[in-house]
Amino acid sequence: MDGIHDMGGMDGFGNIEVEQNEPPFHEQWEGRVMALQRAMGYAGAWTIDHARYARERIPPHIYLNASYYQKWALAMRTNVVERGLAGVDELQAGRALRPRKSLPRRLTADLIPEKLTRGSFYRQQQAPARFKPGDRVRTKNIHPAAHTRLPRYARGKVGVIERCQGCHMYPDSVASDLGDNPQWLYTVVFDGRELWGPDSDPILKVSIEAFEPYLDPT
Amino acid sequence: MAHDHDHEHSELSDTQLRVRALETVLTEKGYVDSAALDAIVEAYETKIGPRNGAAVVAKAWSDPPFRQALLADASKAVATLAHVSRVGDHLVAVENTPTTHNMVVCTLCSCYPWEVLGLPPIWYKSAPYRSRAVKDPRGVLAEFGITLPKDTGIRVWDSTAETRFIVLPIRPAGTDGWSEEKLAELVTRDSMIGTGLPKEP
Repeated sequence: MDGIHDMGGMDGFGNIEVEQNEPPFHEQWEGRVMALQRAMGYAGAWTIDHARYARERIPPHIYLNASYYQKWALAMRTNVVERGLAGVDELQAGRALRPRKSLPRRLTADLIPEKLTRGSFYRQQQAPARFKPGDRVRTKNIHPAAHTRLPRYARGKVGVIERCQGCHMYPDSVASDLGDNPQWLYTVVFDGRELWGPDSDPILKVSIEAFEPYLDPT
Repeated sequence: MAHDHDHEHSELSDTQLRVRALETVLTEKGYVDSAALDAIVEAYETKIGPRNGAAVVAKAWSDPPFRQALLADASKAVATLAHVSRVGDHLVAVENTPTTHNMVVCTLCSCYPWEVLGLPPIWYKSAPYRSRAVKDPRGVLAEFGITLPKDTGIRVWDSTAETRFIVLPIRPAGTDGWSEEKLAELVTRDSMIGTGLPKEP
């Protein structure tokens, strides 16, 4: 979706503010949100792309004013309700009112930190890779209404395949509950001028990680 | 002013209450375990941080075959290091050279190599960094106090999928014969994101 989250190349957000000696969490609840997200992910409640898609659907005025972990909490609530894991009434009451839905796994303390290692996103290929390093490609000019990982600033642009990163589950399908639909993933490099026009730094190069359905041969 | 302050305060309390309700419901339903949540928070507060990445970089600076293995497949190479926590698939190391400086961003959300760098700093997740890194990286670097030679090209890696990037900075001069432990002290978190350089010896 063409949401506020897709902010590559936007102007007007101001300077980067660096906090020296930043702690892992500024408030106790932030750690709980992070841990809940990890535990629910491990449990198989939703995937990382469901989490992202729920954050992308936060209305822009709220998205821009919410802190990182506030966005996580809002998105988690969305996924909990949409996936039938708890009702709005239960979240409002602050207690469980109905029995649980079953989930594939449960993260317990004895599994930490081993199970904090990221899972693999590789999936069995459905077809041979269409592109190889060195190939010129044009990204599609697409504007799907749901989740996608092709950023706006890199649509309809010509770049070069630099690496093939293997065959991965496809976020655009996963976030819409259409299955893994494995697709080849490539690092595609663009010249700064292709993305930003003649005023760009002439020796800038920017790459995205692009799934095969985002690309056309040129 | 007083009004704004009260407003902020009540919003924060609202967040705390909502998070508490969420945790209680998910715990009572049996989806999550409180002790596991405590252990996750503790792991990120104490074990999983940029020291892991610094150990990887120091090893790559000292051990040419490891450097090659790291650049070929960082997940596999890091798995051979006993003193670094395990990393999952899809870690990619990108090497700075005198002609290319690498910088990592996630414009769409805040993807970051947690396993080697820990939790991302707020600025990495902020709109100013996410919006500008791909368009004006030299301007971003200037805000971090870094001015590269004009003919050093900048390569920005936008983390739009599950690949995660760690920058292998250039080993500082004057460190010949240094141990990996001593070298690791020079490796800053920002130098592995590409918004900084290693400390000078």
